Amino acid sequence: MRRLFTYPYILWLAIFVIAPLLLVVFFAVTGTDTYGNTYFTLQNMGQFFEGIIDDQPFFQRIYVVITMRSLRLALQTAVICFILGYPLAYILASKGFRNKPFLIFLFIMPMWMNFLVRTYGWMSILERNGIMNNFLRLLNLPTIDIMFTDSAVLLGMVYNFLPFMVLPIYTSLTKMDKRIIEAAQDLGANPRNVFLRVVFPLSLPGVVSGITMVFMPAAATFIIPNLLGGGQFFLLGNLVEQQFMLAGNWHFGSAVAVVMIILMIVSTFILSRFDRQEEVSEGGMRL
Amino acid sequence: MKKALLTLALAATLIFTGCSNDAANTQTAASNEGTETAAVNHPPLHVANWGLFIYEPVLQMFEEEYGIRVIYTTYSTNEELHAMMVHQGAAFDVVTPSDYMVERMINEGLLVQINWDNIPNYRYIGDNFKNLAFDPQNLYSVPYKWGTFGIVYNTTKVDQVVDSWRILWDEQFAGEIFMYDSSRCTMGAVQRMLGFSMNSTSQDELDQVRNALIEQAPLVRAFLADQIIDNMIGGEGILATVYNGCARWIINYNPDHNFVVPQEGSQLWFNSMVIPATTQNQANAEKFINFMNRPDIALLNTLYTRYSTSNMGAFNLLPEDWQNDPIYWPADEILARGEVFVDLGAFREAFELAWTQVLLSQ
Repeated sequence: MRRLFTYPYILWLAIFVIAPLLLVVFFAVTGTDTYGNTYFTLQNMGQFFEGIIDDQPFFQRIYVVITMRSLRLALQTAVICFILGYPLAYILASKGFRNKPFLIFLFIMPMWMNFLVRTYGWMSILERNGIMNNFLRLLNLPTIDIMFTDSAVLLGMVYNFLPFMVLPIYTSLTKMDKRIIEAAQDLGANPRNVFLRVVFPLSLPGVVSGITMVFMPAAATFIIPNLLGGGQFFLLGNLVEQQFMLAGNWHFGSAVAVVMIILMIVSTFILSRFDRQEEVSEGGMRL
Repeated sequence: MKKALLTLALAATLIFTGCSNDAANTQTAASNEGTETAAVNHPPLHVANWGLFIYEPVLQMFEEEYGIRVIYTTYSTNEELHAMMVHQGAAFDVVTPSDYMVERMINEGLLVQINWDNIPNYRYIGDNFKNLAFDPQNLYSVPYKWGTFGIVYNTTKVDQVVDSWRILWDEQFAGEIFMYDSSRCTMGAVQRMLGFSMNSTSQDELDQVRNALIEQAPLVRAFLADQIIDNMIGGEGILATVYNGCARWIINYNPDHNFVVPQEGSQLWFNSMVIPATTQNQANAEKFINFMNRPDIALLNTLYTRYSTSNMGAFNLLPEDWQNDPIYWPADEILARGEVFVDLGAFREAFELAWTQVLLSQ
């Protein structure tokens, strides 16, 4: 009887997850000749890795350059989100606040707005004669000119993805058994040790899922670099968009998508191993 | 591992929702009253046009007069429109590509021939705009707007004479230059600067154009499309490459600016209304095109968009200062230096690759 209830989900997964994935892989390893016939080829994948070994000028190996740039930016976003997000989650999870649900509500509320609108908002803040610089001028302070640079793109990404870092960490912190902390205190650990050796290791699963949830969309985004980077920050997401929307080359676009999926699987695998190691050491602690 | 898979699935949903393309903002121009009953008889008319390229109230006027509902969509480049029609299966009734894209669509069999009996207002179209190279026998296209492409600059910050594309390579303006985010517009300008044809299919010339743009990269503030208008009005830069209609917007809101078409020559573009083969009702599409060419309607359009009309009936109704405005109506000598884009055919792929390399070098 219970199995009966899973059928709709299996059907859903088959139609909306498995079938599209197979289609993407199919397009990635095929080509279309001038007569409209489809044939098997690895040329699309090969095109992506063109010039990866040779010491060529950058424009001979542009796809590798795009990949490295996307991964670097996504990593930077994840690291900054972690540095900003962990203390925030910790503060939200600590007992000091009377009105905690309201604070969390305030934190989540901006996400109700379409992220495109919020990113446009950043544009009018960051412009040379924008809100921020006008305010700085009012105070006779030097102005900041970062619109259309990688700093602006990074800022936009951190802003948009920060909640995905904070919420998993917050959850893992609040679910933590407080008696473990009390036990550590009873055994004479100072606050620093309590945090470093008990609280932080126990919150790692939250950190890992936070990093995953920030890193992956950050590596695939194309709207934020388009708007805040002024068309100059060509990332993997932009490449897929260009191949599908403008060039009409679904085969190469799919090949790029497959490479992205593989990168994501690899990074998730690395992160999940990291997660499991902690579980083992947690077990060790119990001994 | 189970948890990791769950996270992966969650993140995948995020990726997909984050990537939904909001660029094509579809909206219906239907008014509440009057159209509902009539809409029963006619399928709605799907029209796609460039952004900032129509006075939208005329759509409502059409709906009220003919009882045909209009669903209006915008796009920002020819290539985007082509992709919408070919790869995304958008079934439009009227679209407005420019020259080389009209040619490509004709060659690819995407358009239907127009029944001229339904478009009597074609008589208002200026002779200069008929039988152009992309549709030599005038079977598929009704001219809509035309113009050129040049440099708009802030006269309070530029002392020298602006008459060449080369000023965009002047290091004095580092970080103050906006380039147009369209492969053919921007690469075409550089092709003219280097003395090539804008329709060149030589790989060697293309490499030189690409290298020139890569060399320019450190000076460029951003590659933008219509956003250039807001940025120039707001004083975010000193020099920008724009269409003459965009320049008219900028100068109207910020009179410190001037517009020139460089001596090396530039593109001359012609936008036409065409009917895709996917049309549900060709006669209604023709009614729409005819309505848009009624001089009073074409006048409203050109007054609002500030782009030059191909409709001489509307031109004659324009105020004199518009008729004599060299930006709105470029002089013959500028037209003589102009070149009209033709479709690059198989060379398109190499051209787009070079453009990607340029954007990547920034």
